[in-house]
Amino acid sequence: MIAADIAITGLIVGGVYSLIAIGLTLQYGVARILNLAYGETFVASAFGAYWLYDSLSMSPLVGLVVILPAAFIVNWLIYSFLLTPLVRRAANRDALEVDSILFTFGLLFVVQGVLLVIFGGQYYSYSYLAVPLDFLGSVVPVNRLIAFGVAVALGLVLYLLLVRSRIGTAVRAVAVDPRSASLVAINVRSVSALAFAVGGTLCAAGGALISMFYTFNASMGVAFTMKALIVVIMGGVGNVLGALVAGLLLGVAETSVSRLIDPGLTLAATFLLFILVLLVRPTGLFGRSS
Amino acid sequence: MYRRASIRAILGLLLAVVLTTGTAFAQDEAPESIKIGYAISKSGPFVGGASVTTLPNYQLWVHDVNERGGILLSEYGVRVPIEVIEYDDRSSSEEAIQAVQRLINQDEVDFILPPWGTGMNLAVAPLLNRAGYPHLAVTSVTDRAPELAQRWNNAFFFLGTSTQGSEALVDMLSAMRERGEVGSKVAMVAASDEFGIELSNAARDSFGAADFELVYDRSYPGGTQDFQSIVGEVARLEPDIFVAFSYPPETLAITDAAMVLDFNPTVYYTAVGTAFPLFVNRFGDAAEGVMGIGGWDANSPLIQEYRDHHIDVIGAAPDRWASPNTYASLQVLEQAIERVGRIDRAAVIEEIATGTFDTVLGEVTLQDGLLTKLWWVGQWQGGEFVALAPIEREGIGEAIVPKPEWPEAE
Repeated sequence: MIAADIAITGLIVGGVYSLIAIGLTLQYGVARILNLAYGETFVASAFGAYWLYDSLSMSPLVGLVVILPAAFIVNWLIYSFLLTPLVRRAANRDALEVDSILFTFGLLFVVQGVLLVIFGGQYYSYSYLAVPLDFLGSVVPVNRLIAFGVAVALGLVLYLLLVRSRIGTAVRAVAVDPRSASLVAINVRSVSALAFAVGGTLCAAGGALISMFYTFNASMGVAFTMKALIVVIMGGVGNVLGALVAGLLLGVAETSVSRLIDPGLTLAATFLLFILVLLVRPTGLFGRSS
Repeated sequence: MYRRASIRAILGLLLAVVLTTGTAFAQDEAPESIKIGYAISKSGPFVGGASVTTLPNYQLWVHDVNERGGILLSEYGVRVPIEVIEYDDRSSSEEAIQAVQRLINQDEVDFILPPWGTGMNLAVAPLLNRAGYPHLAVTSVTDRAPELAQRWNNAFFFLGTSTQGSEALVDMLSAMRERGEVGSKVAMVAASDEFGIELSNAARDSFGAADFELVYDRSYPGGTQDFQSIVGEVARLEPDIFVAFSYPPETLAITDAAMVLDFNPTVYYTAVGTAFPLFVNRFGDAAEGVMGIGGWDANSPLIQEYRDHHIDVIGAAPDRWASPNTYASLQVLEQAIERVGRIDRAAVIEEIATGTFDTVLGEVTLQDGLLTKLWWVGQWQGGEFVALAPIEREGIGEAIVPKPEWPEAE
């Protein structure tokens, strides 16, 4: 009974982690942009959902219809106009990674500053669908169950798209080796822009969904970036299924430790698991051996 | 007509001469402005607390003082407006120290207001002491406050000690138990940072001394927002009293989890953030009966006036724990400066330590550098956060026990 309860609670928590990380794995793994402003995008879309809910009484789930296309366009513009010059001048992927870290580090403060000016520093929180639901014998709030469902669905759909579809194959080719990909007539830059924009859109989806039950403020982005990085590296950079599995694994591990040993050790458990995975598989759970 | 006009002109001229010589004389001496500086968290993890409790009250006070024309410096016989110099300490104590150094050495401000938070206040305290500035350490709850106030004669504490806080809570619960309103089983969780650890340590001792049974006593890493497993475990133990020494995001997340799991103990208490307007805005009717740290005497006309004025000027309600104390500390500073009548920091420190002041909290006299009349437990009752403890103080409200059922979620 306790085991089932831990598993369900843990999977629900893990779903949130996967949701946080899934966009970053595309941005980092395919577009090769280690986006340090990722958490800020996340928080910005949480604010977006809050604003739609508060001023227009629009459900955050309906709000996605507005937020997702907006996020796609903004991220596509960021890549096309701000990051493309970096991509063009980078001698190799390592140089691009360093440049993108510097650039997005600056972007982090710009986004955070704008949010601080608009919303101030105080905490924001609203409650949407915090309705208890009996789920396989455990009580689960509906909002978190939705977040979990979306994370799993996104993970699986993206995985199938990447493995089965033509554009997915192109994306994977770019992730593996952009130079060879361009030799077989793949437009590396537009595929990268697409991956970055889709990553940003997934990130926004996560932010909007999580705003239903997380308290957030303008300076909380870094915490989400950190969590996302752990999940992405643990799952294997660029691997959507890896991010999904790693997130769920972390959720279950944290919940088991919290329930069976001590809630004070959840952070320690996270990092212990992280280290163990990297010791056994240095490129992550689903990472390619380099 | 002509004559009357000329008389008026002469009178006007005379008045002008008197006024200009008067002010010219004063201007030789009186400063153009009183420079007040502060470093506060406008970004980083502390911004959530600083921008609810501290910064709005600084803005409100500066607004109020300048609306009056400034602080009256009797030595020059003029009111001198406040000029503000503000820095962002980015929630880092190193930044705060640097900013305060800059305020002292470079900006040469007349007075310095403190940053937000226990750790930040302790970080800048030695610096303010060395430079001889009064230090109104409002948002710092530490058991070392009496010792520190003694060591640094310029430091004044307005929020008490962790031990006082937990004793006031346990005394109130003991009285309830004597009246047969609540049982003895207590579940306690705490954030594992300085504030949570200090308060839970003090509470553990107080609960033990009062023969309460601690059925759950755990800490969690600060910043956690997933509480279902903890609250689920606590609910399974069926405690009569639930106490969480939590910070704002956690306070909301714990309450969310309690509602979802329908965990409704006789007494339900969460710490920082319960007194924030955010809490009651978010939970609405579900906040009814929830206890938390802080509270105020909602029937006091001073407090009512303060609350309405805060809403008018700032556009949001104050938090109902440290906000009025913050504003009161500024009133103490203002009145101390006016009594001294000039910018003389040593004399102002002396006046703060010994004087009696009229504030939104009523009459305030510090004892050995500490404000001792404090509220420690509040309870949401019909949209107000009514003070319930310390039980020996006047002005406490009637507690609602057992806590009403959580309303059905929409």
